[in-house]
Amino acid sequence: MNRFSTVIDLIALANKQQQSLSEILIDYEVEKSRTTRDKVCQAMDQCLTVMIKAVENGKNSREKSVSGMVGGDAAQFGEYMKVNGLLGTVTQKAILYALSVSEVNARMGRIVASPTAGSCGILPGVLLAVGEALAVPREKIVAGLFTAAGVGLVINEHASLAGASGGCQAECGSASAMAAAAVVEMADGTPDQVGQAIALALKNLLGLVCDPVAGLVEVPCVKRNAFGAVQALVAAELALAGIKSVIPPDEVITAAYEIGSLMPQSLRETSEAGLAKTPTGQVIEAKLYGQTK
Amino acid sequence: MKGVFDIIGPVMIGPSSSHTAGATRLGKLARAILGEAPCQVIVKLHGSFAKTYRGHGTDKAIAAGLLGFSSDDERIPAALTIASAAGMKIEFVKDDFADVHPNTACLEMVGKSGRKATVMGSSIGGGSITVTKINGYQVELTGEYATLITIHEDRPGVVALVTQVLAQGDINVAFMRVSRLERGAEALMILESDEPISHQAYDKVANIPMVKSAMLVPPI
Repeated sequence: MNRFSTVIDLIALANKQQQSLSEILIDYEVEKSRTTRDKVCQAMDQCLTVMIKAVENGKNSREKSVSGMVGGDAAQFGEYMKVNGLLGTVTQKAILYALSVSEVNARMGRIVASPTAGSCGILPGVLLAVGEALAVPREKIVAGLFTAAGVGLVINEHASLAGASGGCQAECGSASAMAAAAVVEMADGTPDQVGQAIALALKNLLGLVCDPVAGLVEVPCVKRNAFGAVQALVAAELALAGIKSVIPPDEVITAAYEIGSLMPQSLRETSEAGLAKTPTGQVIEAKLYGQTK
Repeated sequence: MKGVFDIIGPVMIGPSSSHTAGATRLGKLARAILGEAPCQVIVKLHGSFAKTYRGHGTDKAIAAGLLGFSSDDERIPAALTIASAAGMKIEFVKDDFADVHPNTACLEMVGKSGRKATVMGSSIGGGSITVTKINGYQVELTGEYATLITIHEDRPGVVALVTQVLAQGDINVAFMRVSRLERGAEALMILESDEPISHQAYDKVANIPMVKSAMLVPPI
């Protein structure tokens, strides 16, 4: 069985077996769930279908979430990018798709938690935008999802994927690192470059707190998914250019754990500080629940 | 280490794995424990569930679970309407159970045949749940395994009789817990298994004289 616990383990396995990281992860899952390669790939392909549908459903809808705080930004950005823009098509699409999926989540639509519902826009946003830009076959996007899952497994092992334990760095930070890793592989980068992308992406979101207004997965979550998507692209491009992170990926993950542990509970999904307790945040909360905490 | 689909997944209806997906699973597991369609339910919500349930659609999610829907079912947003059209009366009340997980709900159910069950459980993150109380008994039940629940006389030998039936059916017990309210009266046992538990095995367990009632709960 392909045993690994760290990013370095994964890279070593890939180099030793002359395989991509996604192949290592597919083999891992086949053995772990005692099933066939076809079934494992099919299950991931179905996840991709859900992601694509969420983008389609989200990008034209102006419907609001249950609370009314979010909804319609994806459609607005889609209109804007038809004629305007500074960032270029791939980045704009990543923003559009990430907003779309996160808005679908906020209005009780169907999404894939990747790794969580709060960060569900980043991976589809980045992978679908890059998939279109590189004109890769669908299987290569599915492969990217396996690579992303490998990164998530390692982070889950040594840090956390839950906002309640590690703040938003654990959710959007992890999702961004996962997406960056997948992009490097989709663009035919080396396993070592995948590792660098993980380190670069996660490093930049270390310390990000989880302070959602009224305790809901909406503000700042929806827009933060767009930012998380763009920074995954930045990390992937840096890594593909051969730029290295001074701090290696596994040490960044350990730092994420340490920072999460040091983070006060009031900034870990409890909505007791930060954006949730701004004057505007409190007004929204009072309106929704009839009283402040 | 977890599996690939614990990271990319679950496929779910948003917005929150704990407040929406987990809440649906809790409702669905409660319905399975009742063993029939509920027609009257009082849902007591605690902590973060009580505070944010409207914004997260926790009420709709629990109703969907009580209707037997899964956490990726696109009918979840309409579940309150569907439940009321199906004659299922659900009342949501805020409560405080003191020292429990912040995402906790207690479901007091009456089924179509008049059968009653009270299930308390918590949504512990990522869509995972733990049922902590059934009809007053302390339990620990995840809904991830095929589960057999018995309410039986608190006497020597009953546990052995039940596990013997499972052994004969080549069913491996993954987790097992026995609890009771007072010594020598009634006890409750929960057996979680890797394999599906056959109806044949269930019937044999239900027919053990000291077993007062048995419930077969499939994985949720």
